[in-house]
Amino acid sequence: MTEDKELLTDIQDAIANCMKCGNCMEVCPVYKELNLESQVARGKLALIEAVLTGKVDISDGFDKRMAMCLSCKACAEKCPCGVKADELILRGRQAAVKARGLHPIKKNIFKLLSNRKLFDFTLRMAGLFGPLQMKKLPRPMAVIARFPVPGLDRKRVLAPFAATPLLGQFPTTVKVSNPKMKVAFFAGCTINYVYTDIGQSVINVLKANDVEVILPALQHCCGTPVYMAGDVEMARAFAKHNIEIFAQTDADYIVAACGSCAEAFKLEYPEMFHDDPALYEQAKKLAATAYEISEFLTDVLQFRTDNLGTVNSTVTVHDPCHMARGLKVTRQPREILKAIPGLKLVEMKEPTRCCGAGGSFSLANYEISRKINDRKIADIRTTNADTVATSCGSCRMHITDGLVQNSMKQECFHVVQLLDKAYQAGRKK
Amino acid sequence: MQNQLIVAFKKIVGDEHVLTKKEDLLCYSYDATPGYSHMPDVVISPGNTAEVSKVLALANKEKIPVYPRGSGTNLSAGTVPMKGGIVLLMTRFRDIIEIDAANLVAVAEPGVVVSNLNKAVEEFGLIYPPDPGTVATATLGGTVSENAGGLRGLKYGVSKHYVMGLEVVLADGRVIHCGGKNVKDVAGYDLTKLFTGAEGTLGVITRIIVKLVPAPEAKKAMMAIFSKLDNAGNAISAIIASKVIPATLEIMDNATIRTVEDYAHVGLPVNAEAVLLIEVDGIAEVVEKEAAKVIEVLKANKADDIQVAKDAVQRDRIWAARRAALPALAKLRPTTFVEDATVPRSKVPDMIRAVNNAAAKHKVTIGTFGHAGDGNMHPTIVCDLRDKEEMIRVHKAMDDIFAAAIALGGTLSGEHGIGLGKLPYMKDQFGADGMNVMQTIKKALDPNCIPNSGKLVGEC
Repeated sequence: MTEDKELLTDIQDAIANCMKCGNCMEVCPVYKELNLESQVARGKLALIEAVLTGKVDISDGFDKRMAMCLSCKACAEKCPCGVKADELILRGRQAAVKARGLHPIKKNIFKLLSNRKLFDFTLRMAGLFGPLQMKKLPRPMAVIARFPVPGLDRKRVLAPFAATPLLGQFPTTVKVSNPKMKVAFFAGCTINYVYTDIGQSVINVLKANDVEVILPALQHCCGTPVYMAGDVEMARAFAKHNIEIFAQTDADYIVAACGSCAEAFKLEYPEMFHDDPALYEQAKKLAATAYEISEFLTDVLQFRTDNLGTVNSTVTVHDPCHMARGLKVTRQPREILKAIPGLKLVEMKEPTRCCGAGGSFSLANYEISRKINDRKIADIRTTNADTVATSCGSCRMHITDGLVQNSMKQECFHVVQLLDKAYQAGRKK
Repeated sequence: MQNQLIVAFKKIVGDEHVLTKKEDLLCYSYDATPGYSHMPDVVISPGNTAEVSKVLALANKEKIPVYPRGSGTNLSAGTVPMKGGIVLLMTRFRDIIEIDAANLVAVAEPGVVVSNLNKAVEEFGLIYPPDPGTVATATLGGTVSENAGGLRGLKYGVSKHYVMGLEVVLADGRVIHCGGKNVKDVAGYDLTKLFTGAEGTLGVITRIIVKLVPAPEAKKAMMAIFSKLDNAGNAISAIIASKVIPATLEIMDNATIRTVEDYAHVGLPVNAEAVLLIEVDGIAEVVEKEAAKVIEVLKANKADDIQVAKDAVQRDRIWAARRAALPALAKLRPTTFVEDATVPRSKVPDMIRAVNNAAAKHKVTIGTFGHAGDGNMHPTIVCDLRDKEEMIRVHKAMDDIFAAAIALGGTLSGEHGIGLGKLPYMKDQFGADGMNVMQTIKKALDPNCIPNSGKLVGEC
């Protein structure tokens, strides 16, 4: 048996647990759009099984079909047999990477990503020179390409790269006069280089609650994008780097303002180092102190509500997949929003349904991604809310694109930005 | 398959609706039935009746087997392309054409997912009663072809009781229409019933007219616990004898109770030999009266404990226990066979005992739950398909179970269909002459053995 196939042998039992009932068809956002069996978990697991029994090879076709997954975890949640199909599909991707190597475009991007300094420099340059390529739209944090860019749909709305990354905007320690505790903030790529406004709000909100914020300068991508693409070795290298950097701080807690980043610290890092006792222990220790910002504010900090000002807004919540089904954090963002005076919370139909972004999935499959998102936008429309609150930069970008494409005026923010706004309104009083 | 044929099929349905890549074909080599798989040569997804007709005409001319398929959720290997050939994927037929509230009728295409039809008719205060466990994924065409039932079978029956008319493409490509919106229609042979439940062996259904019924205005659920299986059995018959027809009357045996409790911790008594789950529905006043009568009967038949749902939350809790039955059993072992041997309701305790004997004799794990009120049991065998020796024992246990069902005056299938899994036992139920009649019908309509070749009546 070849090495790439060997990578799958230990999941043989997990694959055999799929009883092929097809219940995953009910919830798979990709299957709903295209109705093809190879897109749903049952089909993908059958393909992995076929590789193991030698019926098909780890071919280009195998690779492509494994890629058609948003990793939204809806199938795993639905599965009556408890099969974690999302994780098994990732294993399929890993085997494909082993057997065939990464896609050349991904390979180049990841190569850049693997060099933290060069990556940082490139994205800073993108922030400075981005306006030459991207045109601002008449709404905040939204740009569109001025001319065709390979691999980017011409009409797709993105967010601009920040002129100065978040980590460059603040000192490594943001002090407060009477600190209750110290929190290390893991910004993540999206917040550090694109949505710095979310990062600013995280810092403002923590400051408003007398929390000292540490911003480790050498923090790097959490590794989720490369892990999702099947490059485990690189993901492990990133994880190791971040574990070491954050273990050096004297923070009481680690927070991230992105479901996927928080999930990496909380769940994935310990999983990755089962074979390395020292790192495993360190990762476990950090995981116990890691929180997504809404979860941290409500469950750990019990954020202040006495000094909140009014935010007159009707808000609907979109729960990112890795919040709802990864971290299982859905109550906390709502608790925050409900605490804000003047804010009316209106639930949309299926708030935990994937918005279709799926990280790089939407880059490679924009049209499908757009269709999935259009359903989300339709659900937003029926709430009559003026604002969409979410907890993930990637969701925010894709929902903003959807709102523009569907000629809707609503704006999309991170939950913590609305809380920040309420604290600011409280100070003006 | 020859390339020129692929080209011809592509010409009929369009290039993008013909799948020939190995990775895609593999995804249509199975359905929800364990142990059956075979690669098709091509997957064709037609968009309208004319295309289905042309595909079948060409397949018939070239003598290529055609396997119609919806979502592939059946439990009888009904959609597995055992001889290769064409998988005819009907999921592009997904329009609800008409909801005719005046005539209590809906007209829909076979690719419509059953729960979507139900959502659509709900707005009119109506329901389409057949609700198999896969209601949220299975297609109307598939459920009509397999004659699917569900939890409400006792009061509302199975799919064939709701199909009023069909458009069918015959094996040679001719298109016929049978039945219609008429409540009374006795003209001719009942072709609608013939094609319903034919498991796709007589043609391909392309349009379906179904009967709808008014949604019940009230429901009341309850759970009764029995330390003795026979008391539960007597209660089942006594409820019906008292002239109450519950919408749902479910049973779980001890093995199932233990497994569910272990998995879901819903507070089931692990020593009980049986639990009955009952729901009456209809007009509010009648529901109250019927519920009172059911409770009376349960008490008279020595139920050890009776819990009546006082609100929607309690109702959900009762049904959560039933819904947990299959997942809880399925999690025990990799492979799950859900059978549907059915007996007259008075024989339910005998059937459960026969299943338990089969399990003990062949050393296999079987939990039995199911629709006690209509005698439709689901002996659920959990095992590992990869263990050859265990599979021999599993099949021996199945032999015993089906023999017992037939001996008790029952039938091989209450709602899943025959397909391939139960084909070997068909002769035991129908005899040589009975099988011959069915094979004669098949041959008359399909001399070349094209649609769903080899299923239901076997080789022709």
